[in-house]
Amino acid sequence: MKNTFIGASIERREDLRFLRGRGTYVDDLQVPGLLYAVILRSSVAHGRLRSVDASAVLKIEGVHAVITAKDMTSKDYPSGVPIVPMRLQPLPEFQPYEQPVIAYQKVRYVGEPLAVVLASSVALGEDALEHIAVEIEELPAVSTWQAASDNKGVLFDTTGTNRSLTFEARKGDADTAFKDAPYTRREQMRTGRHYGLTMEPRGVMAEWDAANNKLTVSGAAKVPFFNRRILAKQIGLPESDIEMIENDVGGGYGARGEFYPEDFLIPFAAKHVNRPVKWIEDRRENLMAMNHARETEADLEIACHRDGTIIALRGEIHTDMGAYMRTNGAVGARNAPQFLTGPYRVPHHKVDSHLWMTNKTPVGTYRGPGRFEGSFYMERLLDMVAADLGIDRIELRRRNLIGKAEHPYKLATAQPTNAHDQTDSGDYEATLDRCLKEFNYTDVSKLGGKLIEGKYHGIGVACFIEGGAAGPKESARLEINDDGTITVFMGTASVGQGVETIYAQIAADALEVPIERIRHVYHGSTGIVSDGYGAYHSRSVVMGGSAVLDATQKFMGLLREAAAKRLDCAASSVTLDVDKVIGGSASLPLKEFAGLTAEGAFLNHKHTYSYGTHAAHITVDARLGHIEILDYVVVQDVGRAINPLTVRGQVIGSLVQGLGGAVLEDLKYDGQGQFLTGSLADYLLPTASDFPNLRCFVTDDHPSPINPLGAKGAGEGGIVAAGGCLANAVANALQTFRVEPRALPLSPTYIWQLVQDARNPDPSS
Amino acid sequence: MPVRFQVNGKPVEVEVEPRLTLADCLRHHLRLTGTHVGCEHGVCGACTVLVDGAAVRSCLMLAVQAEGAKVVTVEGLSLDEGLTPLQASFRKHHALQCGFCTPGMITTAHALLSAEPDCDADRVREVLSGNLCRCTGYISIVEAVLDARSAYKKAGS
Amino acid sequence: MKLPAFEYACPTSISEAVALLASHGGEAKPLAGGQSLVPMMAFRVASPSLLVDLRKLAELRQIRITQDGVTLGAMVRWCDILEDARLKTAHPLLVAAVEHVAHYQIRNRGTVGGSIAHADPAAEMPGIVVTCDAQIAVMGKAGARTIAAGDFFHGPLMTALKADEIITEIRFPFWPAKRRFGFQEFARRRGDFAMAAAAVFYDDDGGKARNAHVGVIGVADRPLRLASVEAVINGQKINDAVIAEAEAAASAAVNPADDIHASGAYRRALVGVMVERALKDAAV
Repeated sequence: MKNTFIGASIERREDLRFLRGRGTYVDDLQVPGLLYAVILRSSVAHGRLRSVDASAVLKIEGVHAVITAKDMTSKDYPSGVPIVPMRLQPLPEFQPYEQPVIAYQKVRYVGEPLAVVLASSVALGEDALEHIAVEIEELPAVSTWQAASDNKGVLFDTTGTNRSLTFEARKGDADTAFKDAPYTRREQMRTGRHYGLTMEPRGVMAEWDAANNKLTVSGAAKVPFFNRRILAKQIGLPESDIEMIENDVGGGYGARGEFYPEDFLIPFAAKHVNRPVKWIEDRRENLMAMNHARETEADLEIACHRDGTIIALRGEIHTDMGAYMRTNGAVGARNAPQFLTGPYRVPHHKVDSHLWMTNKTPVGTYRGPGRFEGSFYMERLLDMVAADLGIDRIELRRRNLIGKAEHPYKLATAQPTNAHDQTDSGDYEATLDRCLKEFNYTDVSKLGGKLIEGKYHGIGVACFIEGGAAGPKESARLEINDDGTITVFMGTASVGQGVETIYAQIAADALEVPIERIRHVYHGSTGIVSDGYGAYHSRSVVMGGSAVLDATQKFMGLLREAAAKRLDCAASSVTLDVDKVIGGSASLPLKEFAGLTAEGAFLNHKHTYSYGTHAAHITVDARLGHIEILDYVVVQDVGRAINPLTVRGQVIGSLVQGLGGAVLEDLKYDGQGQFLTGSLADYLLPTASDFPNLRCFVTDDHPSPINPLGAKGAGEGGIVAAGGCLANAVANALQTFRVEPRALPLSPTYIWQLVQDARNPDPSS
Repeated sequence: MPVRFQVNGKPVEVEVEPRLTLADCLRHHLRLTGTHVGCEHGVCGACTVLVDGAAVRSCLMLAVQAEGAKVVTVEGLSLDEGLTPLQASFRKHHALQCGFCTPGMITTAHALLSAEPDCDADRVREVLSGNLCRCTGYISIVEAVLDARSAYKKAGS
Repeated sequence: MKLPAFEYACPTSISEAVALLASHGGEAKPLAGGQSLVPMMAFRVASPSLLVDLRKLAELRQIRITQDGVTLGAMVRWCDILEDARLKTAHPLLVAAVEHVAHYQIRNRGTVGGSIAHADPAAEMPGIVVTCDAQIAVMGKAGARTIAAGDFFHGPLMTALKADEIITEIRFPFWPAKRRFGFQEFARRRGDFAMAAAAVFYDDDGGKARNAHVGVIGVADRPLRLASVEAVINGQKINDAVIAEAEAAASAAVNPADDIHASGAYRRALVGVMVERALKDAAV
């Protein structure tokens, strides 16, 4: 029986509990004796922390204890307040900028934890906060990257600079190439601060069993194994004493699941007071405490031949990193300069990326980190180049898209991390063609720039690649249950992407059994496989799926050996038929082998590159500065679609996030580092009525050669090109005004101002 | 103070502080954790429940205000076995990913379809614009709600 | 974001409600739909010591339509207005504005009285009562009084209400069937507070406008009637030239500040566009 679950739009098994309100998210957990943690956070952006005095609070009924930095500078912690180490690109240059788990000696951003109140209810804990006396000697806030580079206010006295690092992305010899270039164009552009807000705010519940030396932490996500490693070191326990449990997770997008200060503070509190402790972030906190992202400014120059073929790219990108280097804070700042070129052929590349520490919430990854920003810059440049050289925008892209015979195509190398990367496979022009066809570009493009019923029509196109499948390894384990069904245990994590169904499809196909025989798929928690690497960089299908394949092979090997002994036949003759193991002329029910388990792994050091094209037809009401999307098409090739239904969900879901970042979402600070967008009335998320006209087409014409499934990570492509595509559409719409958007978000004020400035150019500028 | 009301057809009595919201009362006192809390300031819609048939934000209602009311949560809109037509339509259209906004979407859609089984796509979008989803991008949710209309139309009409 | 502690009362008569409000030294607040007050308490920017729940005051839930006009009880909800078919003809401007208010779930709880008492400068209802010269009837320990809408709003979240007063009714003057009107709002997303909105109406006197009322929200610390724009319109045939002049007058009449959602210059221009488009709607 040859299965075809892979490639089928199987309905998700996760839905059965989510639709009925039977998911278990961390705030749904209750245990006896639970204390609730409420965190006091700094309302000052920059200052020397003189004292945190909670003595008045301890007298309040319902308050059990208050944790401050003092509790972490005792003899049990000779090295002082624990520091959260970086997980990715942990360069020595970054160490001075890593975050202590609680503000210590200085506060550096509004929202930084100062104390943790443990109370019998959250409400009582919040009541108690205002009775904690905090003394901070305020310092001037560094609220922009420019102020950071002026060095007047320095966040870290030990280094004396606010620039934690500069990445260098290099290929060929750009300076020489620019010398003789027939055409160049230089632009300054910027992208606004926003973040991967999750509908479920973060939460941690910790239980310390002193009698058995066991620390159980619930609410884990994304990288539970790595986080356990950090926690073990910080709290002084062996990893084997700690279990991280991943429950249902209300969204990740890169932001949830990294190791945050609270991931130490809550387990520490539980151990300190010997009571279970639960912390649930509220939305006000989430806006100022979950990783921010995407605030960059670029000064870039492109060099081309007269026929539009790109010769070189050079320039600088500045990233506003916030106050500390978070576990994965360097990723976006490294990706932007390195992957700026997207799917285009660029022989010479010299882009520096400066990381500036500022008195704002620290920065981490958000879906397509650095790639969203880079795509905006590149796509804007391409449209400007096309206009300058009198070349059709689509033709310009055709001339520069990496061709299918050029794979693997080497991308720029990033130093100092010596990060090499190359494409894997694909026909980028084919997705461009398909997109233009589905979009009806030939007809629709004629509307570009036209004023119809008071609105300007605009068309934008952008091409992208999406890097996925970060290695180095992933694990999966299969085990036969008592009833003869099979459970799959994964080292990857769920962030809502449907992994339980996907892995069941892969396992069922590999074992050639009906999908119902894969009764359970468990993920994320540290107790279930020997080591796991988690869910990020769109790796779950490639890394996890390939690990499942390896696990099924090892599983069949063990099953054949065991069956051969019991059925007295050759191992090679044993087959599995639904719920029976057959060997020779005899058979046994599979449940006879209950408990048999096999673990598999997939090792990988290369990245997959799914790819595609966005096209948008918009109208702009120039008097309101309002954009309406009439049609938006994404075509994405994913190598091999395991479940077309869920892949399309990833494309549309990531696209709407991209449109949110392109138009609506904007985290704002004032000059004193005060956080201004403190509610969902100020931080605007897309709603059902904002972007109703979106379409996507998923293809899998070019499998990836780097994994046995042929799949490519595909969770981030929808977001990567959204900013560039939309900004190009705005420029196209307002071409009579010669308006060039150079910033995201494309807010009404920004668009309106562009038109005003074009109508009344300032003679002095 | 004591509050008596009905939840999913069953009478309940709880002893609560006035400041306890209906959302927290349902989740923690009554252990009906299907209703989710996403913002506590009346924007995200994850906490939507039905109070006397109307969809409301339970984070903005005090539990004490539910005195004498009939409250229905996502659990009350579910079957013991299997899925309702609305839930099945969500599943068919992949109208959920992480599931956190889903109970609010289900209760709101149920209220809409019960009152307006002939609603069109614009009306569905208008009504659902008070429920934030971060995963799906909404397209599949609107499709699912439209596809579920037939189950709400009265026989013969 | 749990609410701060408070005492709670649920009176069964208006006089009981007033007495409760009067008894807490200005620290008590009425609770209507809770859609504006509860979020403020969740952020702990409001911490009343007592909430007086008005939900049992059935006499505040009436919608009365007579030849004197439309009277809305303070506890009338947005959904009540949208579901009352009579209002489409009895006061179409009110209905047009309410269609922009918030979202489905909020419309099931939020009340007209609550919105007026809350006095957000970008809220539709305060704009409509000011534009229409409505009368706000209130009851306090000193008895009943009526406040003209034009005198009711003192600033952002600030009104003429005393601490012991509740709004009982909002009285709109009679709306003639032939009256011309327009309502235009621009918000970032559907249901958001207005970046700016304009409500206009006038009566037709042999082809010329008379009794023009122009009200705007979102561009000042309270809703405004723009007398200078009304002066442009009154006595004129509403053609493109007059509309353009009205737009310019509207922009000139306001001085909005920059905020995180828009620049002052943008809002100034926007309110002109809203007036212009509302007038174009009215003329159709």
